[in-house]
Amino acid sequence: MRGRPRMKLQMNTRLALYSVLEFASDPTRHIAAGEIAQRYGVSSHHLAKVLTELARAGVVESVRGVGGGYRFAANARRLTLMDVIQMFEDFGTGDAARREDGDDTPVGTALAAVLAEIDEIAKATFSTITLATMLRLIERQRADAARGAARRPAAGASPPARPARRRP
Amino acid sequence: MNAGAGTKARAAVSGGRRRGLPGADTGAVVIRPARRGDLEAVIAIDARVTGLPKRDYWQSLYRRYGAKRDAGRQFLVAIAGGEVVGFVIGEVRDWEFGSPPCGWVFGIDVDPRARQAGVGTRLLQAICNGFRGAGVDRVRTMLARDNHLVLSFFRSQGMMAGPFIPLEMELSP
Repeated sequence: MRGRPRMKLQMNTRLALYSVLEFASDPTRHIAAGEIAQRYGVSSHHLAKVLTELARAGVVESVRGVGGGYRFAANARRLTLMDVIQMFEDFGTGDAARREDGDDTPVGTALAAVLAEIDEIAKATFSTITLATMLRLIERQRADAARGAARRPAAGASPPARPARRRP
Repeated sequence: MNAGAGTKARAAVSGGRRRGLPGADTGAVVIRPARRGDLEAVIAIDARVTGLPKRDYWQSLYRRYGAKRDAGRQFLVAIAGGEVVGFVIGEVRDWEFGSPPCGWVFGIDVDPRARQAGVGTRLLQAICNGFRGAGVDRVRTMLARDNHLVLSFFRSQGMMAGPFIPLEMELSP
C-alpha cells in the first residue's frame, strides 16, 4: 500500500527536527547524540554536524562530562518548524532571485506561479507550527497508537470467543 | 464578516506582550453569551486590533447571532474584572461546500492587554462546547495565510489544515 505523499526535506533538516523535538520534549534532560542517532537509525557522525549547527544557533547547548550531551536551550512556544528548517535549507527565501531556464516563457511563468502557490502554503504551515504544538501532535500520535494497540489482539492470541447463543 | 466562502477568523488572540488587565488571568475569566450592553466593548476591541471600526456591521451581527438564542449560532464574550476582554463568534453550517454540518469560527479577538492569559483558549473551548451541544463533531475556520499569529494560535489548539482549499480570482470589469 502506498503511503501518504509528502514533500521531502533534506536529510540534515530532518535530523535537526528529530533532534530538536527530542530535546524539547524534556528540556531538563541531557541527551547524548548517540542515543538520538540510534533511535532514528542515522549516523552519529552526520548527526554531530547537525547538533553543532543547532548549538551555534542557540537552539541546544552542549553539556560536558559524564552524562553529557545536549539539552534544549530555546523557547518551545516560540520556535517554529520554519526557524529550524531555515537553518539547514533555503526554504521560502530567495525565490525571486533564483532563476530557472525557461522562466521567461509563458509556460515557465505559469508553472512558476503554481510552484509559488505551493511554496506559500508550505511556508505558512511551517511558520505557524511551534515546537510546543508539535509536541502536542506527537503526544496525540502516541495516544492514538496506544489505543490502536490496545484494540488489536496480541500476536498469536486466539480471537475472542463468541458468546454462546442462548435458547429462548 | 461574511461567513461561508468569505469566512475568516481575524485578529490576534495569542500574541503580543500582556500589559495586564485586572482579572485577566484565566481563573477570573467568565465566558458567557454576548448581551447588547457588551457590543460597544466588542466594537472597540475589534477596532483596536484591526484598525477599522465597523459599528453597523457588529450591530447587524448581534441581531443575527446574539439577540436570538440558537444552539447553532454562538456569540460569546470573555469577561474579566467586569470588562469585556474578548469575544468569539461562529455558527453551525449545514452542507456548505458539500460538507456535513460543521461549526465555523469566523471571528475571535482578545483585547491586547489581556493576551497570553489563556482567554483565547477559553473562548475557543466554549464555542466548541456550544457546537458539540448543537450536534456537530468538527470545527473549522479560515485565515489569511500571512496571519501567522492567529494561525499559530489555532494550531496550538490542535487545528490542522482541512480538506478544503479556498480559491479566488479577480473579476474583470
